[in-house]
Amino acid sequence: MSGATQTQLPVSESPWRQARGRFLNTRMGPAGLAILGCIFLFVAVGSILLPFDFYVVPQPDVISFTGRPPAWGRPFGETGMLQLDVMTLVANGGRTSLLIGFATAIGSITIGTIVGVIAGFIGGKLDSVLMRLADVFLMIPSLFVILFLARIFQGEGGGGVWSLVIVFVGFGWMGLARLVRGQVLAIREMEYVEAARALGVPSLRIALRHILPNAIGPLVVAAPFIVGGAIVSEAFISYLGFGINPATPTWGNILSESSKFLQQGNWWWIGFPGLFIVFTALSVNMIGDTLRSALDPRGRK
Amino acid sequence: MIGAKVAPVKGAPIKEAPVVEVKGLNISFRTASGVIQVVQDVSFSIDKGECLAVVGESGCGKSVSALATIGLLVKEQSIVTGSVLFRGEELLGKPESYMRKIRGGGISMIFQEPLSALNPVTTIGEQIAEVLVAHGRAGWREANKKAIEFLELVEIAQAPQRVKQYPHQLSGGMRQRAMIAMALAGEPELIIADEPTTALDVTIQAQVLELLRRTTKERGTALLLITHDLGIVAETADRIAVMYAGQIVEEGPAKEVLRAPAGPYARDLIASIPSYARRGKGLTTIQGTVPSPANFPTGCRFHPRCRFAVEACAASMPELTTHGTDRSVRCFRADEIAGGAK
Repeated sequence: MSGATQTQLPVSESPWRQARGRFLNTRMGPAGLAILGCIFLFVAVGSILLPFDFYVVPQPDVISFTGRPPAWGRPFGETGMLQLDVMTLVANGGRTSLLIGFATAIGSITIGTIVGVIAGFIGGKLDSVLMRLADVFLMIPSLFVILFLARIFQGEGGGGVWSLVIVFVGFGWMGLARLVRGQVLAIREMEYVEAARALGVPSLRIALRHILPNAIGPLVVAAPFIVGGAIVSEAFISYLGFGINPATPTWGNILSESSKFLQQGNWWWIGFPGLFIVFTALSVNMIGDTLRSALDPRGRK
Repeated sequence: MIGAKVAPVKGAPIKEAPVVEVKGLNISFRTASGVIQVVQDVSFSIDKGECLAVVGESGCGKSVSALATIGLLVKEQSIVTGSVLFRGEELLGKPESYMRKIRGGGISMIFQEPLSALNPVTTIGEQIAEVLVAHGRAGWREANKKAIEFLELVEIAQAPQRVKQYPHQLSGGMRQRAMIAMALAGEPELIIADEPTTALDVTIQAQVLELLRRTTKERGTALLLITHDLGIVAETADRIAVMYAGQIVEEGPAKEVLRAPAGPYARDLIASIPSYARRGKGLTTIQGTVPSPANFPTGCRFHPRCRFAVEACAASMPELTTHGTDRSVRCFRADEIAGGAK
């Protein structure tokens, strides 16, 4: 060929794409994704396809006050009292638990990012006010307030999913806001931000296009942990009897109900939702840890 | 255009007003140990298409002067007085909203380290386009097309593919070319280049510098070149201002200053350029170190290091006085030294 032949340029490769490559190149990251994917699939398919409505008592072959262990036709066993199918219950409970987890993460990250960017980028008095506000929220013993608000919002016996999410977000944004603010403060001093200013790029665009994309690395890492944390917190609060009303099953309130039957040896009733909580938390932690190293090339070889 | 507004002075040729005229610029920083003056009484002007090189050792105040010119010093930390006239308009004290339009659109800046001066997560095409959009030169759709033209202007091959790439995919030289494209995009009348080739391999320094000089000259853009490398000055600059310890100590046409420096500092600075002619003789250095702004010496700030110093040099500060027709120098003994004094 003639000398005019142009060499093939490598395709455009954004740093995000590179990080994705590093993420997929690990064992833990894709494994975590696979576990979480299976849980999602089970919850999505199970809550639609499983034969029983979770609140409809299936026609029991044998009337039994205590539950029945796993067997053919009911692989997760059957609960005591209402004799619900545990598999159906876990699938439906997962829908709510995962919703709480992801809604909390999205809510906290949104508020934390907005507050953090405003505080870090504008600075001055506004920064002080916002950060003191975050301090105040951090100082409030959140568990106490959550239990207190749960009672007020939800009345006797627990209640709505969204009020719980609001409370979780209300006590979840502060750490993220601090994280983002710290990042923004550091990135604001980067030379490319000064260069953008020196070329007359408007402030809003600098904040959104130059600072924010470079600041969200730690947020991406934090997100899976928030999902896991919220699911576990919901389980904990429901276990205490302050969470979601058992008429709407969640992994947490299934545990809460089932604990009353531990003495009857109903391990399947507490075991399966427990396992789902553990594996969800495990998978999001695996994803988060891998993201951490994928987004920080210096931490790797 | 008959009857130009600028009246001819004493038979001098009719001359356009300079693009930028800095007069009596003083810069101080507020520090924990009080206010420290880092730049004193700096004046210079640059004409259309002209290149002024500001030369000096690290910490002499050359970068700070440049940042003050486009109002990029942090206001809470610095005190800037004097006058910066751009297109005849005073820039000092102008609000941030006004300065934003000047930056990039009137005065652009090229930074030393192109890798850190480019946003790592944005394509270079977008970074050029956003300057065009910020100064109303084009809408986004058109700006993205124009970005390719600007990359071609700075001689980056395969520009249509390169615009979609990220800074880490470019070589050092290409990154600096992309920076130059960004600086040119707003069609400024003055470009400040702060050590534009320091971070580059020597093999491409000359190319990039030549490109910068040619593109600015073609467009009639004034160029303020900040450097400590006298080698690149000789090739590029029309005029030189030598800075020492926050002051201009010598100013004049580049060729004349380099060939026959008037003041002792410029003499020593130029003598310290390694040259083949003096091979085997060891490198020439200037004794001592650059004084810190916190304790500049009394009198002439160079006198503790000066080979020609006399008592008068320690007693009072020499003024920047004219030397010959087109030059100025800050030294009591400039004429004697020119006459061969030791």
